[in-house]
Amino acid sequence: MQKAMHELAEMDELAMRSSPIHELHPLAKLITTIIYILITLSYDKYNLSGLVPMLLWPILLFTISGIEVRICFYKLRIVLPLVMAVGLFNPFFDRAIMLRIGPLAVSGGVFSMLTLMIKGLYCLMASFLLMATTPIDSLCAALRQLHVPKILVTLLLLTYRYVGVMTEELAVMTDAYLLRAPGQKGIHISAWGSFLGQLLLRSMDRAQELYAAMLLRGYNQQFHYAEARPFRIRDALYLLGCILFFLLLRTVKVAQLLGGMLVR
Amino acid sequence: MHMADALLAPAVAATMYVASGTVAGISIHKLKKDDEPQKLPVMAVTAALVFAGQMINYTIPGTGSSGHMCGGMLLSALLGPQAGFLSMIVILAIQCLFFADGGLMALGANVWNMAFYGCFVGYYLIWRPIMNSQWFGEGKSGARIRIVVASLIGCVVTLQLGAFSVVLETSLSGITELPFSSFVALMQPIHLAIGLVEGLITSAVLLFIYESRPELLQDVEPVKGEGSQRSLKTVVAILAIVALVVGGGLSLLASSNPDGLEWALFGNAEEGYAENMGLDEEAYGIESTAAETAGAIQEAISFLPDYAFANNDTAVGTTVSGIVGSAMVAGVAVLICLAGGFFRKKKSEV
Repeated sequence: MQKAMHELAEMDELAMRSSPIHELHPLAKLITTIIYILITLSYDKYNLSGLVPMLLWPILLFTISGIEVRICFYKLRIVLPLVMAVGLFNPFFDRAIMLRIGPLAVSGGVFSMLTLMIKGLYCLMASFLLMATTPIDSLCAALRQLHVPKILVTLLLLTYRYVGVMTEELAVMTDAYLLRAPGQKGIHISAWGSFLGQLLLRSMDRAQELYAAMLLRGYNQQFHYAEARPFRIRDALYLLGCILFFLLLRTVKVAQLLGGMLVR
Repeated sequence: MHMADALLAPAVAATMYVASGTVAGISIHKLKKDDEPQKLPVMAVTAALVFAGQMINYTIPGTGSSGHMCGGMLLSALLGPQAGFLSMIVILAIQCLFFADGGLMALGANVWNMAFYGCFVGYYLIWRPIMNSQWFGEGKSGARIRIVVASLIGCVVTLQLGAFSVVLETSLSGITELPFSSFVALMQPIHLAIGLVEGLITSAVLLFIYESRPELLQDVEPVKGEGSQRSLKTVVAILAIVALVVGGGLSLLASSNPDGLEWALFGNAEEGYAENMGLDEEAYGIESTAAETAGAIQEAISFLPDYAFANNDTAVGTTVSGIVGSAMVAGVAVLICLAGGFFRKKKSEV
């Protein structure tokens, strides 16, 4: 639980840094990220060489924004297990030979497994880069501009605000409980209900107080976001440039073209 | 159960977004009609609590392993299905954005698999009918048993539906070569066990709330008086045993079924193997499976001159240029990194 809090704080800290990428309009970043993920997912399951050049965009962003790749790779531990679990069966079922490198025969299943893992990595990097360069309130403002319903965006913002509070409270409770129950791995069955239930009851009351406080400060079911950032020419250029770049990579076989120049 | 982006084709991801978006739209409409602005902070705080609460480990007695609680059922029992659904969307969004648990494009599918079943199916088809019935007697003890039964059935059923949807979505995306039937046979029993444990934990939390603040729960009438006396512990114990027997039986059935995982895995693998063998022996005279690589290396060395490397018309030619090109891309990537480091150093010197 402390780890989760640390991760949240880390993301916040990353998003607060400054770099050319951080200064871009959140809407431009959100749209390019979505298009990047969609284009990555649209590659055929055997198209490994087509996928490789797609790596250039995240690398470019990592470099310009100065975000450490290490932090992103740490998050792979969550993404990879399910992707691996699904992909690992492919080499066993799909055994048609696609390529021979000397004595080594590579089957279609191996290709599709590698493509799947690379896709998982790219999509993770793309959404990580979005969140590491965009604070949550800017992102919510962008979501509003995309006409995502007000209730949902406000709820996202409020919940995000309280995730930290609740996690901290539960972490303290867990620590206290485990100190009183040495050598025990989790919550004992006799406390299954009361452990979370206690906090739940308190939180419900807290929510009422929170609402009262919001009313006192003039809440009229309208949320105001920090700064209305104008969509500048630079943002439009970034958006356009990225989309063209992705389309270029998707339509032209860059890897084979480059390789062809050398091999021939 | 959180699906990553890589497991979905764009078309499937978009379809699931539309489906979840429609349900979200209907929920928002309903909430707006009810017009309870004070519900928003309650939803937010409860969602945050469920988010944090899912990280707690509950020890399962006698096994040494631990379980977690089921968010969808808990939220819809506390907030109602519409508000619960929106809260689940937000939880899943935060998990995906900040913890990489599930993907941005897969969010639509994840919302459907976990929030829709948990909140709507769990509430309208399971929680409400059971809670409004007069089963298990009247009074407090009857209501307690109903809560346990509803959360158990709710968690098991919604998790089964969710797991099935994961299989369906992955298979429709054409991501895995694993046959549909064996993938189902793999996922369902695992999620049956998870569902049972989640159901028990969820029911424990809901029971605690029922004891102290019954008015917080949906469709629960605060009752006075004990009604028929039956110890809750006995009921829970009986239910747990029944569930285990049923669950164990189902899992056994699933895994001993000739259509199940074992057959698919080994049957198909053998078939594929046989095919491969035939093809290889005819065309190249060497075997291709990973296990035989060692032997193949020896043989292949003598075959190497036959290898059409310079022939550009073959598929091999294009693939080789693909590999070389990929290596060049990697080179460009390294250059970008080096350049970035160089400029940053320069900047810091200034």
